[in-house]
This record gives sequence, structure tokens and C-alpha cells, in this order.
Amino acid sequence: MITPSKAPLIQLRGVHKYYGDYHALRGIDLEIRQGEFFSLLGPSGCGKTTLLRTIAGFEGLSSGILAIDGRDMAAVPANHRPTNMVFQSYAIFPHLSVAQNVGFGLRRESMSRDQKARAVAEALEMVGLGGYGGRAAHALSGGQRQRVALARALILKPKVLLLDEPLSALDKKMRETMQVELIKLQRNVGITFILVTHDQEEALIMSDRIAVMFEGDIEQMADPETLYRRPTSRRVAEFIGKMNLLPGQVAMEGNRIIVDVAGLGRGAVEAEQAPGGVVPGATTVGVRPETLGLLFPGETTSRRLADGVVDEVVYYGDMTYYDVRVPGIERPLTISMKNLIGQPVLDVGTPTQVVWDERSLVVLSR
Amino acid sequence: MRKHWGLRAYAVIYLAFLYAPILLLPLFAFNDAAIIAFPLSGFSTRWFEQLWTTQALHDALRNSLVIATVTALLATTLGVCAARAGTLPNFPGKRGALGFVMLPLVLPEIVIAVALLIVVRQVLDLNLSNWTVIAAHTVICIPFSIAILNGAFQNLDPSFEEAAMDLGETRWGAFRLVILPLVLPGIVSSLLICFIISLDDFVIAQFLTGANPTMPVYIYGLTRFVDALPLIMALGTILVTISVLLLVIAEYFRRRGVARAGLKDSGGFL
Repeated sequence: MITPSKAPLIQLRGVHKYYGDYHALRGIDLEIRQGEFFSLLGPSGCGKTTLLRTIAGFEGLSSGILAIDGRDMAAVPANHRPTNMVFQSYAIFPHLSVAQNVGFGLRRESMSRDQKARAVAEALEMVGLGGYGGRAAHALSGGQRQRVALARALILKPKVLLLDEPLSALDKKMRETMQVELIKLQRNVGITFILVTHDQEEALIMSDRIAVMFEGDIEQMADPETLYRRPTSRRVAEFIGKMNLLPGQVAMEGNRIIVDVAGLGRGAVEAEQAPGGVVPGATTVGVRPETLGLLFPGETTSRRLADGVVDEVVYYGDMTYYDVRVPGIERPLTISMKNLIGQPVLDVGTPTQVVWDERSLVVLSR
Repeated sequence: MRKHWGLRAYAVIYLAFLYAPILLLPLFAFNDAAIIAFPLSGFSTRWFEQLWTTQALHDALRNSLVIATVTALLATTLGVCAARAGTLPNFPGKRGALGFVMLPLVLPEIVIAVALLIVVRQVLDLNLSNWTVIAAHTVICIPFSIAILNGAFQNLDPSFEEAAMDLGETRWGAFRLVILPLVLPGIVSSLLICFIISLDDFVIAQFLTGANPTMPVYIYGLTRFVDALPLIMALGTILVTISVLLLVIAEYFRRRGVARAGLKDSGGFL
């Protein structure tokens, strides 16, 4: 396993991209380190694929700088960049065999026929398709096509592997398998991966770092845990995982940040709980469902309580999601509970108490 | 099934109207009489033998084959360029250009023929020759070529070309190694269809042919002589056979192209 080094492999400075009047990328600044698994996450139309295609060389920049490994890429066409791409459609050439597909990029390498055949066999072995070389490309399943696309891109030992929504065409089971395999593969080869996805869960599972994009700009860039626990804006908080958004008031009392949340109450929070900064006045407070709890009959707690009534119950097997109506809060609070031994699943209409404390809160000024 | 007898009868009559006259061709071509009339007088291959020894016919045939071959190559090459342009992202005037290119498909041939005759003789002041026929045939073949090749090009995943370039190929390399092999069946199909159209055309060739007539023009000339009718029947038999054969081959390649790209078949000629 190769640990990510500190040197930036890819640098983008003030990157803008226009399509006519449409402003697709609005001043992207980005550094991606050697060996990193980096994800571009966002809703469709946010510019994540455009950014990836810019790095690949399929799209030019309207302004700004893109450098890979310290080299400016402005004059370097796609076929001479140290990047390779796994396309959303996989783009497996249907008239060639699996081995011919994987070996396609070796055409221009000065290797003997034997060396090439060995490289192809190794690449297929690496993605778990050993012995598939002679098969016709159009006879493969979705998962196999993806592996061929990976082998075809990795055989050239690129500095960066670009993945454009590579798992979106697969069914859920296959997708989960491939997520784990991709992580392992990335660790083994030590190549920098840049993944484009609209699936926040996929980004959280796979990435070292994630850039969340909206409307052509990066809204927040952080590791998965920071992104999930400490979103800087309401949009990021809503896009990643489930988040209760409550109206509140925030104020500074000396060095302390005091938050008054509608329906729950007042409390002091740490500075890191306001990652977007503190603007005194009306604000939105985010609360993750798993940082809240329900007080079951016979239990006691030292945490704070709010009265409520169960409004909706969604049973997931390992978890139960409750929507609880709390006086003073317009929308019901979503609360997730682990289904532990001996713990009942409450019915709709049951009066209950919501358990919370100051550590549950994230101040979202923006 | 019984309740559909009306439709069945209609289908049978329809096919009879289409093909019965053509079936008369071989009937009289192998008939041992100079007059086209029933009853038949016996089997003979003498009309075919006579075809074999008519020098003017051979010249016309050679002319037709040269013109059809060159036309097919020209129209298909231009068709490939147009169909490839059709896959590019929208550029100014794309729709208009593709629309105008398809227009000769619906213009009466005689209008095209007269217009081209005026251009060649009055505007350019050239002599009529095989080249004027080739130019005119190319004009009428291009829409067919584009229609066939458009299908082949539109079926391609737009990522193919980018994938090939991503793997180190130049734009030309990507076209040669990936796009061309995938549209090759379409190209073969286009070549054959254009070849047939050129070979069969009478109206345009009649106007633009030089000193050496093409096959259909020669046949038309023969119809003035009553005793040449069985010859025309024999010749017609050969031409129909060749045309059907080429059409079947063209369709075979088109279908193979569809299958190769792993797509569902929609449309086609057969």
C-alpha cells in the first residue's frame, strides 16, 4: 500500500469554462495529491463531469491553469496526457476481443508482441478477469465490461485514473461489490483516482477527499467524515445524508457561541460546530437523525429532552427511522434508532421524548 | 385466421401486380420465338447467345459498370464525410446543410437531369461524357448513401472516439481503428446501393450520356426494333438477377453492422 504524499499531482487555478453563454465552471481552485482517491460529488448539471473532461483533455479551458505533475496541460491534447478514463458507458470497442480492447493503448508502445500479451494478461488478472482475453467484447455482462474498461485504462500506468460515474449502470449488489474492489485496486496500484458521482454514499465510502459541487463551483472540499459531520452550508448538509434543518438564532456571548433552536431550546456549541462561520442572528441549525434519540419507557438520560409524538415509522430491519412531531418545530424531526435487543418499535401516535444535546447541532449560516 | 382472408387476398394481389410483369421477363427470354406472345414455342438460349456476341451491348455494359463503380465510390466517400459531420456537436447551419443534402431524394429525376444538362453545356461549356453521367449519378446517390451511413454513425457510442484518443490515438487513428471498422458494413451497403442506383438509372443517363450510351440507354434504343424485344427480355432477366443479388448482399452487410454494434434492428431495405 502506498500512502498519499503531500505533493500536489494535479493543480487547478481559477478554472472557468463557458459553453456560449452558459458558465459551466466558475473559478475552480483545486489540488489533488499523488495517490489520493478524490471524488467530485454533486447533482446533475453541477459541472463535475465537465471538470473531469477538462482534466482528461476532452474540453479546453476558457481561462485558468491546469497542471498535472507540475506540467501545464494547456497545449497537451488528450492523447498525450498522463491520464486515462473509464467512461460512463465504458466505451468497450464492440468489434474487438477483450484482450484487444485491453491492449488497445499499447499499440504505440515499443514492446514486443510477447511483452504486450503478458501486460494484457496481467491487467486482466488484476481486475479479476484472468482467462477472459479471447472473449468477444459484446458478449460481456455490465460488471465485466466495467472491469475491462478498468484494465484497459490501467494498463498504460497513468498518473491519474479518471472515472466518470463508473458504477451508475450497475445494479445495487454489483455496485457495492465494485465499490470495495475499486478501493482495493486503488490501494494496490497507488494511482491517483478521480471519481465523478452523484451518489453521496458512494463518495463517502470510497474517497479520501470529496469536493461537493453546485452550479459550476466547489462548495466544500473535505474528507468524508468532516463533510458529513461538519458541512459548511445548508446545500451540502442537505445533499449528504439525511439532515434535520431547524430555524434558530445564533449569538456570541463573550467567546461562547450560543444557539437557540426552535422547539428544542438554548445551548452553547463549540466553534467547530459552526464550520461555515458565525453570523449572529437568524440561522439554520442542522441535526443528523442518528445524533438524536428517543427515550423508551423505563429509561433515563442525562441528555436534554423535548416532548413529541411519533408521526411516521419506517422500519429498515437494523434501523428504524421515526418522524416525530415536536411542538414549536414546523416539520417533524427525523430520528434514527438502532433496533437493539429488547427495544420496542413504537407505533404512530405514541407520545415520546426526544433526546438531544448541544453536540448534535451544526450551525449552517449559509 | 379465417376473418383475415380479405387482407390476405389483398396481399397476394399486391405482390402479383408487383412481380408478375417481371416474371414475364425470363419466360420470354428463354422462349424460342422473335415475337412476344403466347403460346410459348419452346425453350431456347439463343437470345442469350446473341447478347454474348453483340459488341455494342458489351460497350454499353462496360460503360455502365465503370460509371456505377466510380459513382458508388464518390457518393459513399462524400456520404461518410456528411454522416461523420452529422455526429459532431451542433455547429452553425448543421440542420440546414443536412436537410439540403437530402433534397435530391424528393426532386424529380428529370428536373435534376435538365438542370445538370444546362449547367454542363451552357454554364461550364463541357462536352457530355461518362464524367458528366458520373457527376449527376453522384448527386442522386448521395442522399441514399447518407441515409444508410447516418444509421451506422448514429448507432455509435460517442465515447468510442474519445476512448480511443484517451488511449493515445490521434483523431485520425481513432477514426481508422475504431469508427471505420464499426461503420464498415454501412459503407459496403452504401457502395452496393449506389452501384445499383447508377446501374439502373435511365432518365439522367439519357440526358447526360456522351457518345457511348449506358446500358439502360442502349436498351431504350433497342426498343425501336421489334425483333430486338426478346434480346431485351434476356438482358432484363440478367439485370434483375444482378440487382436482387446486390440488394440482398447490401442488406446482409447492413444487418451484420447492426448486430456487430449490439443493437436492435430498425428499418432497412429487406
